[in-house]
Amino acid sequence: MTINMGPQHPATHGVLRVVLELDGEVIVRSTPHLGHLHRGMEKLAESKTYHQAIPLTDRLDYTNAMGNNFAYVLAVEKLLGIQVPKRAQYIRVMMAELQRIAAHLIWLGTHALDIGAMTPLLYTFREREDILRIFEEVAGGRLTPTYLRIGGVSKDFPEGAGEKIQAFVLAFPGHIKEYETLLTKNIIWLKRTKGVGIISKEDAISFGVTGPTLRGFGVKYDVRKAFPYSSYEEFDFDIPIGSVGDVYDRYIVRLREMEWSNSIVEQALERLPKGPIIANDPRVTLPPKEDVLTDIASLIRQFKIVSEGFRPPAGEVYASVEAAKGELGFYLVSDGSNHPFRFRIRTPSFANLSALSKMIEGGLIADVISVIGSIDIVLGEVDR
Amino acid sequence: MAEGNLTVKKLKERFINSILEVTTFRGEVTVTVSKGEIFEICKFLHSDSDLQYRLLTDLCGLDFFPQTPRFGVVYLLYSMKSNQRLRVKTRVGERESIPSVESIWKAANWYEREAYDLFGITFDNHPDLRRIMLWDGYEGHPLRKDFPVEGPDFDKPFVPEV
Repeated sequence: MTINMGPQHPATHGVLRVVLELDGEVIVRSTPHLGHLHRGMEKLAESKTYHQAIPLTDRLDYTNAMGNNFAYVLAVEKLLGIQVPKRAQYIRVMMAELQRIAAHLIWLGTHALDIGAMTPLLYTFREREDILRIFEEVAGGRLTPTYLRIGGVSKDFPEGAGEKIQAFVLAFPGHIKEYETLLTKNIIWLKRTKGVGIISKEDAISFGVTGPTLRGFGVKYDVRKAFPYSSYEEFDFDIPIGSVGDVYDRYIVRLREMEWSNSIVEQALERLPKGPIIANDPRVTLPPKEDVLTDIASLIRQFKIVSEGFRPPAGEVYASVEAAKGELGFYLVSDGSNHPFRFRIRTPSFANLSALSKMIEGGLIADVISVIGSIDIVLGEVDR
Repeated sequence: MAEGNLTVKKLKERFINSILEVTTFRGEVTVTVSKGEIFEICKFLHSDSDLQYRLLTDLCGLDFFPQTPRFGVVYLLYSMKSNQRLRVKTRVGERESIPSVESIWKAANWYEREAYDLFGITFDNHPDLRRIMLWDGYEGHPLRKDFPVEGPDFDKPFVPEV
């Protein structure tokens, strides 16, 4: 029998369509069909200036907007060869880690909901709301804040933001314990997740799987450790790994990862250096607003950068970050003009999803739901 | 920097005729090779016991229109053993094809389908070369430089046949 799952199925987390060929309840073959959310982002960005492409990146994995901004600005900064002030680096790390917690909270809530546990969703969205409030205060936006700029961040912390983050960081470990009492030893949860969706470690690497999904297989690959960016080498954190790589291992890895993210935010807040929040590079960064209003040279500089953009040297760079789903990288090719010649986005969900067929074939149809949930795809980033 | 790189040294020993250029930009090593031996080079990079580029991080197309050969294919590899990245580039002409590396890295399956879909680059020996983002029957390849950003039928309203 052939079953058409999606594209309007609540458990596919967006618009994924999987055609399943069944023998009774066992899956014989599966064919994912993508592209329902294809917006041609790579093509769009080729006709925009480097600054204008930042808001596009928010809309890739819309649960991880800060992380997407982060990867893109790192790539442009690498292309230009500019240094980011220490304070901006620390703020970026804090925002990216808070965003990782928020993204994992969505994942935990919806994944548990798919499998049949409704309560965790109500808990996780409560904490996610705290993070979004912090984002709103710091960046001005909740879901797509577009907070990072090439060379730094758009504005400094407002008064009181530090205390709010502090309060969140102190309370959050207790909340993780709450989620754990609901799920970790829950017999139904164990039966639905243990031993489900296992492939070999070699296969996972061959499929290009990254992020918590790969670490569930026991592979210790994390871009924050392998290629430290934005002062990650100054923070003390560990990379949690699983053993067999079933759905349960991925769940445990993400829970531990949230704890470490929380610890990184705490460390960054404690040691947050003083200083500028954006590099002062007249080619690239906008002058301070007061200068624009009082000084003609700054006005011209602002006008030039906004209307024309800047021209990086010809060359090609790849910069990546550890986003919530895995390695998110931007491959930019510049021909020396003010538009990117090629704007390639290497998204983690795309590669992770390609391993889906291998994970579910031979398993039961009910397990498809838990496997899709556990690899944590966001279709905005699969289809771009 | 590129001179001291073990990968570059080994590649030059083995495939001296295929290596066209080795460049280093912002600390990233790029090896440009000719299309003929691309499969063998990838196989070597993946399997050699000193190199072990087991993770195909990315594979994508490039369009250099109106230059010839028109297209480029870029392989971004990562070796967990040496914690190094390597970029391998090659060029493909408009009506030519390039060997698929799907049998080396399974990740190439979808990446090559994407390059086929958006650029129209054909990959030989690919098990399932269909469009991936756009629907079957779509005409044109959007990431080509001669494809307009707003689409070819922007000014033609869509009227369904009754």
